[in-house]
Amino acid sequence: MTDILNEMATRREQKLKRSLSKRYRQEVVFKAFGVASIVSALLFLVILLWTIFAQGHTAFQTTQVRLSVDLDPVTLGLPDNPTEQDIFRASFGTVLRDAIMAKIPEASSRRERRAVIEFISTGATYDLRDKVIANPELIGQTIEYWALAGDDLNQFNKGNIDRNVDESNRQFKDNQIAWFDKLDANGDIKTTFNTNFFTNGDSRDAEMAGIAGSIVGSFYVLVVTLLLSFPIGVAAAVYLEEFAPKNRVTEIIEININNLAAVPSIVFGLLGLAIFLNVAHLPRSAPVVGGLVLTLMSLPTIIISSRAAIKAVPPSIREAATGMGASKMQVVLQHVLPLAMPGMMTGTIIAMAQALGETAPLLMIGMVAFIVDIPSGPMDAATVLPVQIYTWAENPELGFRENTSGAIIVLLGFLAFMNATAVYLRKRLERRW
Amino acid sequence: MKLKALFTAAAATTAIMAGTHAQAASRDYISIVGSSTVYPFATVVAERFGRSTEFSVPKIESTGSGGGLKLFCEGLGENTPDITNASRAIKSSEIELCASNGVDEIIEVKIGYDGIAFANAKDAEHLEISRAQLFMALAKDLPDASGELKPNPYNKWSDIDPSLPDYEIEVLGPPPTSGTRDAFVELVMEEGCAEVPAVAALEDQDEDVFEAVCKSMREDGRFIEAGENDNLIVQKLVASPEAFGIFGFGFLEENSDKVQPAHIGGVIPTFETIGDGSYPVSRSLFFYVKKAHVDVIPGMAEYLAEFTSQDAIGEFGYLTDRGLIPLDQREWTKVRNAVVNLEPNL
Repeated sequence: MTDILNEMATRREQKLKRSLSKRYRQEVVFKAFGVASIVSALLFLVILLWTIFAQGHTAFQTTQVRLSVDLDPVTLGLPDNPTEQDIFRASFGTVLRDAIMAKIPEASSRRERRAVIEFISTGATYDLRDKVIANPELIGQTIEYWALAGDDLNQFNKGNIDRNVDESNRQFKDNQIAWFDKLDANGDIKTTFNTNFFTNGDSRDAEMAGIAGSIVGSFYVLVVTLLLSFPIGVAAAVYLEEFAPKNRVTEIIEININNLAAVPSIVFGLLGLAIFLNVAHLPRSAPVVGGLVLTLMSLPTIIISSRAAIKAVPPSIREAATGMGASKMQVVLQHVLPLAMPGMMTGTIIAMAQALGETAPLLMIGMVAFIVDIPSGPMDAATVLPVQIYTWAENPELGFRENTSGAIIVLLGFLAFMNATAVYLRKRLERRW
Repeated sequence: MKLKALFTAAAATTAIMAGTHAQAASRDYISIVGSSTVYPFATVVAERFGRSTEFSVPKIESTGSGGGLKLFCEGLGENTPDITNASRAIKSSEIELCASNGVDEIIEVKIGYDGIAFANAKDAEHLEISRAQLFMALAKDLPDASGELKPNPYNKWSDIDPSLPDYEIEVLGPPPTSGTRDAFVELVMEEGCAEVPAVAALEDQDEDVFEAVCKSMREDGRFIEAGENDNLIVQKLVASPEAFGIFGFGFLEENSDKVQPAHIGGVIPTFETIGDGSYPVSRSLFFYVKKAHVDVIPGMAEYLAEFTSQDAIGEFGYLTDRGLIPLDQREWTKVRNAVVNLEPNL
């Protein structure tokens, strides 16, 4: 009898052991899947960042060519005692052309001369002009001038054009390489920090194009968005959470807010086009309109996170304040809001970061445009940083490829900074009960 | 207290912004919309204009010709564009729309031509082809003998017509996002399909099907989308002599040592044949100006003068370097006069 019982017990034990090891195995496999998915996600992130940095880091450098420029008033076409207007219109292109030709006298045919002239960017003409306007006494002198290099020479110098590629497949031809090597051997080529990239607006010449215009545009758009969406969002959240009666109407409003948070952003752009441009007749391409559209987009996010922050304030605080004789408004303004503020700000910063990266709704209101001047106010025409990335990515010139990646690096930097601020605020200021 | 300070700051900033609003009441830059084909030329002119004069750089949006004209015709005033670029002439319906919104004095400025070449490597056989034959080689579906639509059966050019080379059909061209592709479809495929009797017969039966047959390019690997990079197409043509490529005339000029253009309808693309319109795959590029805005927006007259100068669109102008086919001297004089005298010419 006991034998049978024992046997049954061992059999059961064996069965249990078997199922146990099976369950362990399943757990190991399950964990392995988890690890694999995290590893693959990280891998994609690394590949993405690596390609962007590999392509983009050269955007922060530029090439200059040393020239000795003869600022002869006759060649410049200047009268005696020139006014600033005269200098503005003088032909600085000609003196620069003469200066680079003097460096490479062996270029003789029309085609070769043109290739040499393209060593110098047209931007150098305007830069030299501004320099002479600032110092008119330079006229008549021969000055040493570091001129901004043209796109091809710039790309070759930074190693983005491989000299070992077959000549027919290379934009920078063998004779250009020979001239470059000659200039380089003389110490006439210098690689410097690309200030243009941070101080200029857009340009059709890659070496002159910069992100200053779009950063200022992004700034105005975000200021408008923040000024509108934060007060409106917080007020809506406070009302819904603290004052609103719980009935069918508020329920419908709640559901709608949650649904709006999931609406594709292009829809807000269409709404903006219909209301702000066609009905309110606000100017096209203006950061104000962009800000209004992005306000609509970020409101649901802010309301939802603000309500969560208000909900997290324990009822005991409200009860204590009420018990001390505070009115409902005093309770909200003096106790609930200050305690909920860190959570609200975190949500707002996240919403702002989202708004900073948005392009689609801005397409509809004309902010995807070629704009060279840096906007001086929220009513000026402007683009934003992600739009700049989009328009540069469409340009075929090699120089714009690194500019695109460079602008992406800057945008990612801003986003990382904003998200880090949100995390910091949450860690530092948020109280737990 | 803190909250109050926050709200005061917000109110102050809003007031400042309202102030800048009043200050920026009149626009001091030119607003331009329109064709993506003209966009690369217009941006170059705009930047030069802005940097070499005291005026602001014009703002240019690439909205497509139709979208641009729609915005342009919305009315007068600083919230509407001053100029729209177009890679086709304005339609009479658009002129009516403009007129109904008070935009009646419009100056049409033709800036030049855009030609599209069909070319292959220089050491390969030269191609003489009609648009109907090109359509038969590149259409996605063709009607068979009984009039039923079948996937394109042709594998070799010589299958279409024995006079064509005995090459496998392989054509590299731009993707649908490209204006060159739109123009090719419009000027070659749609024109060519009307010349093929079996396809033309479809028009009477079902217009939608007819449209679809005319506009669809092959997707079986015989027509290859090579991206927007025309350089790449030229390289591939040199590497595979049996292939043909579709690209802008500017590239043909630059690579005339490597590739040769096909005769289309008996004409070869040159500056002259595109300029006088005898080469069939070419179109005129325009922009349209509101006369009423010229005196209101600073720099309009100067921008128009710069764009129509010999320096820009002349035979050796900087836009010609970027692939624009210049007008002939007589046409240029006419355009220039219209711009200088600001004559509405529609």
